[in-house]
Amino acid sequence: MSKQRVIVVGNGMVGHKFIDGIINSDHAENYEILTFSEEPRLAYDRVKLSSYFSGSTVDDLMLTSEEHYQSAGVVYTLNDKVVDIDHDSKTVKLASGKVEGYDKLILATGSYPFVPPIPGKDQPHCLVYRTIEDLEDITASAQESKVGVVVGGGLLGLEAANALKNLGLETHVVEFAPRLMAVQLDEGGGNLLRRKVEALDVNVHTEKNTKHITAGEKHRYRMEFADGSYLETDMILFSAGIRPQDELARNCGIDVGERGGIVIDNFCRTSVEDIYAIGECALWDSKIFGLVAPGYQMAKVAFSHIDGGEEQFTGADMSTKLKLLGVDVASVGDAHARTPGAQTYTYEDGVNEVYKRLIVSEDRKKLLGAVLVGDVEAYGTLQQMCVNSMDLPDAPEQLILPTSDGSAGAAMGVDALPDTAQLCSCLDVTKGDIVEAVQGGCCTMGDIKAKTEASTGCGGCAALVKSVMDNELKNLGVEVNNHLCEHFSYSRAELADIVRVKKIESFDELLESHGNGGLGCEICKPTVGSILASFWNDYVLEDKHMGLQDTNDIYLGNMQKDGTYSIVPRVAGGEITPDKLIVLGEVAKEYDLYTKITGGQRIDLFGAQLHELPAIWKKLVDAGFETGHAYGKSLRTVKSCVGSTWCRYGVQDSVGMAIALENRYKGLRSPHKIKFAVSGCTRECAEAQSKDIGVIATENGWNLYVCGNGGMRPRHGDLFATDLDDETLVKYIDRVLMFYIRTADRLQRTSVWLENLEGGLDYLREVVIDDKLSIGQELEDDMTSNIGKYQCEWKTTIENPEKLKRFRHFVNSDETDSNLAYVVERDQRRPANEKERENHIPTVEVTA
Amino acid sequence: MSENAASSQQTQWVEVCDKNALDADTGVCALIDGKQIAIFYVGKLDEVFAIDNYDPIGKANVLSRGIIGTQGERICVASPLYKEHYDLRTGECLESPEHSITAYAVKVENGKVCVAV
Ligand SMILES: Cc1cc2nc3c(=O)[nH]c(=O)nc-3n(C[C@H](O)[C@H](O)[C@H](O)COP(=O)(O)OP(=O)(O)OC[C@H]3O[C@@H](n4cnc5c(N)ncnc54)[C@H](O)[C@@H]3O)c2cc1C
Ligand code: HEM
Ligand code: SF4
Ligand code: SF4
Repeated sequence: MSKQRVIVVGNGMVGHKFIDGIINSDHAENYEILTFSEEPRLAYDRVKLSSYFSGSTVDDLMLTSEEHYQSAGVVYTLNDKVVDIDHDSKTVKLASGKVEGYDKLILATGSYPFVPPIPGKDQPHCLVYRTIEDLEDITASAQESKVGVVVGGGLLGLEAANALKNLGLETHVVEFAPRLMAVQLDEGGGNLLRRKVEALDVNVHTEKNTKHITAGEKHRYRMEFADGSYLETDMILFSAGIRPQDELARNCGIDVGERGGIVIDNFCRTSVEDIYAIGECALWDSKIFGLVAPGYQMAKVAFSHIDGGEEQFTGADMSTKLKLLGVDVASVGDAHARTPGAQTYTYEDGVNEVYKRLIVSEDRKKLLGAVLVGDVEAYGTLQQMCVNSMDLPDAPEQLILPTSDGSAGAAMGVDALPDTAQLCSCLDVTKGDIVEAVQGGCCTMGDIKAKTEASTGCGGCAALVKSVMDNELKNLGVEVNNHLCEHFSYSRAELADIVRVKKIESFDELLESHGNGGLGCEICKPTVGSILASFWNDYVLEDKHMGLQDTNDIYLGNMQKDGTYSIVPRVAGGEITPDKLIVLGEVAKEYDLYTKITGGQRIDLFGAQLHELPAIWKKLVDAGFETGHAYGKSLRTVKSCVGSTWCRYGVQDSVGMAIALENRYKGLRSPHKIKFAVSGCTRECAEAQSKDIGVIATENGWNLYVCGNGGMRPRHGDLFATDLDDETLVKYIDRVLMFYIRTADRLQRTSVWLENLEGGLDYLREVVIDDKLSIGQELEDDMTSNIGKYQCEWKTTIENPEKLKRFRHFVNSDETDSNLAYVVERDQRRPANEKERENHIPTVEVTA
Repeated sequence: MSENAASSQQTQWVEVCDKNALDADTGVCALIDGKQIAIFYVGKLDEVFAIDNYDPIGKANVLSRGIIGTQGERICVASPLYKEHYDLRTGECLESPEHSITAYAVKVENGKVCVAV
């Protein structure tokens, strides 16, 4: 069968969705896809356009990439407009003159912003809000402006107003209708929204009909209104609605509606054979759908029809929920009570600025619509009730009345939802899809998103999707437990309590008294080993602890990919004498160790074999070095900037403090690694806010930041306390760390720990600063005891001949591992990769 | 050909080391006929096990340095590189059976650990 040639005019959100649908279908190979876009780039997320002003880049907004289209065989042309369709010869003509033939033609030309025909509207700094180029123009204009006016107080207008505010302009909204968001909200809701928006310093002018835009006196322009009043401004942003982009269809004999829009039937077919229209340019049942979800539905329907399927488009739910200028607003179904006989319930709380209204059927059995401003918690429930025509409870007002404990009104049990209920309208995911995904093994929101795509559009359905997921997990009898592993039915925090309170001193003792039999495993052994070390701080290679130690701890080095180890001596605070630096260099040279400066201001020597470790460490210990615990889940480093001793800006001795802290907490075993940094002034050169414990000098002492993180999921530390003296700083750090050690999960960094700590930062402050649990002294005592037992594990090891026996590759031979192979790169050796091994590229002999 | 087959059927016990050289619940590596074999002593069972030292997934000679434990009834070592489990009795890789390795018979005689190859 020869391929069908499908041309998609417009590569916006919906055009792209259509293409994506073909690419991902089982019949992808039956189609040859071409797409043309007037814009200079492939499809991007218009819905999230405003996030451009809060830091998103064009890359973040892209929905696809040229590479992706290329690899899927989609032929695309950017910056070129389709200007003519000849439906007899089935060809389209482009502005560039190119002509292309099609079997099926998809019009996905979207819409354009409507600019009212006001004299003076075509001047510079009179802009619209639809494309990335528009945003660039707005940003540029804002730099030369002080005041900005948005014409139009609908959804988009308020979003645009927010953008102008973020750009630092004095912002006004001018609306023709008597209230904001006239399409979605009734009068009460509109009034409340206005009060809230005005409280945010956005000036709202309703019932204003702009007649002229002329030169201003104080500002660039003057807008003259029909009622004789005027407003001066430097820029004007039109957001007075959209009009379907139907020019192409209109000029080529395709039926369009009286007020615009390409007429389509339930299969998204236009009046001309083999031509379809989808998205905002399409007119179905005399209606334009200005949201992305119905467009996505049309994309699905059109492809289904081309592919021989039966799906139909039968209208769409236009319910919306969003945050405008920080105000929550939602509208469901027939918000204006236009259905004959409709009855309403209204709840208004002027003090807390909440407005809710229910529109119900004449017999009060069904929900027809709702308006929510200020508190939209009930949105999910109401929207589902409405679209699924579910029966209302006997007292419908309960759905919007607050309960006596202040929580939201009666929520609908998710069990009551039919499986066909569409939870995520952006990506058309039903309750049945979620239930199926849970039955197939998904048990976190992350799993659900990956599997079903639910909540990956606007995200408005996240709460509902989660409760459906939780409910289904419960139905399946999945008890979400936090047991460490099959050997212990306790969480790490519970085991830590048991060890501490019952003074348990070995793994076997704990396994016997609190375990489930067996010998333990690579999860519980190191975890318990770490807990024992946190509280009792014995030598980790003591016989009873040795078998517990993880890959790295058991040989006191970080195992690298080829089984060799790295050597990282402690360089507290990053301060090192030239003599010590020379020792490191000499040792590295003698053993041919690859040498690199780490991110933690110290030096890493790579490629030492097991049998070499003791000799290397003997040299280092003799020169005054200690182990750096780079192998342990324990304190790593305290990074510092040079501080007041040398730096022109420094206000405290950051290096001195860093060294003191590193020496205090060195060797402290914990649920995961811990990193610190100390900066000498607010310029923050040591990047302390990305550390578990960050200390920043102030004129009066130290600011303490906690639970920051770099790594895979960066998090800025939270400012925990300010202007602390040295003693209080140390006291708080003692308490925070010990509380973390007591209560964190296995391998939980402080950042995630804090995020999961009930009560969060405030609670942590109460425990540490206000001593709410009366454990402050205990935490400090535990820390003091731990510190008192510190030993350099390498020093202890090289002094113990029995332990040293373990540091050889073979128990019965002095030979070394013959599997190691290296190549030289940038003047140092590194492990050969698989290709190099296979090709026998000359490798470096390893010194035995 | 037939000679080779015959000789491999004969169990050949190779003495490796003193049992005292083994620390409970840890492993060591032995070099036997040019082959690296990991030997583990499980204290609670007072039993010694031997499997290949080469980790076919991490592609390095490291299994003797893994943590010993149980997965259900099976006694395993977890690879120190990427944590796959290998059954100490059979050499089977629990996560990826196609990467299973060889397990060797072990006996302790007169305080000496002997491995069959
Ligand atoms: C700021 C903003 C916020 C929004 N927020 C939301 C929201 O929260 N929720 C929601 O559901 N919707 C929202 N929308 C609406 C949503 O973005 C649209 O519904 C959706 O983008 C429509 O997709 P489309 O493909 O039909 O049109 P478009 O995305 O506009 O794509 C049409 C494309 O076709 C191109 N084109 C037109 N004619 C031709 C031609 N002749 N030849 C070649 N190319 C052509 C156009 O240049 C354009 O790139 C928002 C829109 C904006 C602007
Ligand atoms: C007199 C002013 C300054 C001088 C002389 C100076 C000098 C230096 C030097 C020599 C380095 C080390 C570069 C290297 O790793 O090779 C450095 C690193 C750095 N500096 Fe500065 N700096 C100054 C001011 C600042 C300021 C004001 C900031 C922050 C706003 C800053 C932030 C940093 C950061 C983040 C690093 C990297 C630290 C690391 O990860 O190791 N510096 N600076
Ligand atoms: S943080 Fe302040 S004291 Fe430290 S190096 Fe930077 S500027 Fe100097
Ligand atoms: S970022 Fe990745 S590759 Fe680099 S050191 Fe860390 S774990 Fe290794």
